[in-house]
Amino acid sequence: MIRFLIKGLMRDRSRSLFPVLIVSLGVMLTVFLQTWLQGAMGDIVRSSAGFSTGHLKIMSKAYAENKSQTPNDLALLGAEKLLAALRTSHPDMVWVERIRFGGLLDIPDKKGETRAQGPATGLAVDLLSPQSPEIAHLNIQESIVRGRLPAKPDEILIGDEFARSLKANPGDSVTLLSSTMRGSMSMQNFTVAGTVRFGVNAMDRGAVLVDISDIRRALDMDDAAGELLGYFRDGIYHNERAMQIAQAFNRQFAAPGDDYAPVMRALRDQDGLGEYLDMSSYFSFIASGIFVFAMSIVLWNVGLIGGLRRYGEMGLRLAIGENKRHVYGSLIMESLMIGIAGSVIGTAVGLALAWYLQIHGLDIGSMVKSSSMMMSNVMRAEITGAAYYIGFIPGIFSTVLGAALSGIGIYRRQTAQLFKDLET
Amino acid sequence: MKKLFIAVFLLMSAAAHADYPAGSAVLKKVDENMTSETRVVTSKMIIHSRRDTRRVESKSWTQGDRRAYTEYLAPPREQGTKMLKLEDRLWLYSPATDRIIQISGHMLRQSVMGSDLSYEDMMEDPRLSEIYDANVTGREIIDGRSCWVVRLTAKKADVAYHSRTMWVDRERYVPHREERYAKSGKLLKKIDLKDFRRIDSRWFPMRMVFKDVLKTGGGTEFVMESIEFDVPIPGHLFSKAALRR
Repeated sequence: MIRFLIKGLMRDRSRSLFPVLIVSLGVMLTVFLQTWLQGAMGDIVRSSAGFSTGHLKIMSKAYAENKSQTPNDLALLGAEKLLAALRTSHPDMVWVERIRFGGLLDIPDKKGETRAQGPATGLAVDLLSPQSPEIAHLNIQESIVRGRLPAKPDEILIGDEFARSLKANPGDSVTLLSSTMRGSMSMQNFTVAGTVRFGVNAMDRGAVLVDISDIRRALDMDDAAGELLGYFRDGIYHNERAMQIAQAFNRQFAAPGDDYAPVMRALRDQDGLGEYLDMSSYFSFIASGIFVFAMSIVLWNVGLIGGLRRYGEMGLRLAIGENKRHVYGSLIMESLMIGIAGSVIGTAVGLALAWYLQIHGLDIGSMVKSSSMMMSNVMRAEITGAAYYIGFIPGIFSTVLGAALSGIGIYRRQTAQLFKDLET
Repeated sequence: MKKLFIAVFLLMSAAAHADYPAGSAVLKKVDENMTSETRVVTSKMIIHSRRDTRRVESKSWTQGDRRAYTEYLAPPREQGTKMLKLEDRLWLYSPATDRIIQISGHMLRQSVMGSDLSYEDMMEDPRLSEIYDANVTGREIIDGRSCWVVRLTAKKADVAYHSRTMWVDRERYVPHREERYAKSGKLLKKIDLKDFRRIDSRWFPMRMVFKDVLKTGGGTEFVMESIEFDVPIPGHLFSKAALRR
């Protein structure tokens, strides 16, 4: 029977081509939207983890309370010892040190006097160790626009737009004017190794990237760090595990009254990301749900119209003696085949489009020029397991349901009325 | 009866205010004590930050609120750092980088060396009577001395502090306490002036405790180790060439 139905569908394009195209289109849109939402929602979390929060972050209690001001005078002391302990107790994570700092970046003229200057937002990470994981965390190598990575002490990377506004080029000497951990004035000369564009406006505006040992020397922060960050080795944030580690750490280091005791925060406990994670999960679920529902109604209607359109054919088949159950069964089977074919094609095309956007992305930099969120300028789709089956819900279920509803009429038709119907 | 009470009340308050001197006259006398044509000061800043306390020593040559030159003497990290202020521009020189860096505008209101003083606080010696309108609003006892409470309001918009309240010694005409406010009315700084010394014809505080209320920490003590008024200052000191010298 299945072979018979397939032959029928293949020969009568009006019963197969149009319904399959509609189902494919609906399924493709469903798959694409799901992956797009997944990518857009996950992007802020990935960018925040890489640039700011890590999967886990350790700061001094006082620093954590004022962290928007990057108060290096409240930084963690004894960072090396703490880092070594973390690497021993949690070898499943990658632990790194960072120092954030603010200041003025000054470009000299030939006489060594100010030619141009601008406020800089600096980040000091391990740039010089051969195995530094920070190059990957911050995607530095790929972000270089001009020049190269720092290869020796006193070399600096500058945000490309910032460098262009200051007319600073790789090889130029620049001076960073900042404050030491103890509040003294700090002036340090650097050579521009290269310029970078992270594609995150909050990072690119006035961005300066320096090796952490250079900044320790410049800001008198020997064995101190503003933040210690931990990353899961698979690069994915595991909320439950992160919360467990943070709770255990905070229990171990709890020191009431000590403002400088270290405290650990999981990603969801920083920068409102917990609310964001919850909200994005609900939003993604609701948006996908609404779209799947809307697409289900469209495809249900396709099935319904497909069945009603064949009202005369069904009447004829009943008139020549075909059993009502058989006619109904064949209608359902046909819609199932159309649903499967449309869902497979739609899912394949939707995944192909999603894959393209996952790799290449869509640049929305011009729309988020003044954004201060840790959000990439390039929005990408993200293919997850759900993308492989979500399209089958409207694709098969709705098509079959539409056909099943339209087919109910078959049972209501009286044989005596059939010839009358056929005459009209 | 009611009208009588009101009349008596008005008469009493008028009589009370009649005792108060004109604010401008008080401010003029304060200026005579606190400002000079030129000033050379060797000072020590004791900065009580949230985590520790440190000392920074410097020598400053100041000419009114227009020109100032400061050289840091200690600790070793700051030694040789120099600052030159001409009008609203400031140049910094650090021997470690051999660079002269210019800062201006709002940067002049930033903290000097992590202290509670801004560059303007440290390097200016303005005549307050030229910048502010003054009103005497009351009398209070501060550190055992009877003081006028003087409210100062800026005559022009472009000043670091839109208004100030000063507790001025009624006998010596030196401020014992000062509060400095932003245009919004927000309190920015509190200053306690102490250790008054008679120098020539003027009274002058040799120790000032600054507290930037927007900063954590225990404030900054600014201690004058030596001070000379109206001494000639060579003109070349107020030039960029002096920074590298």
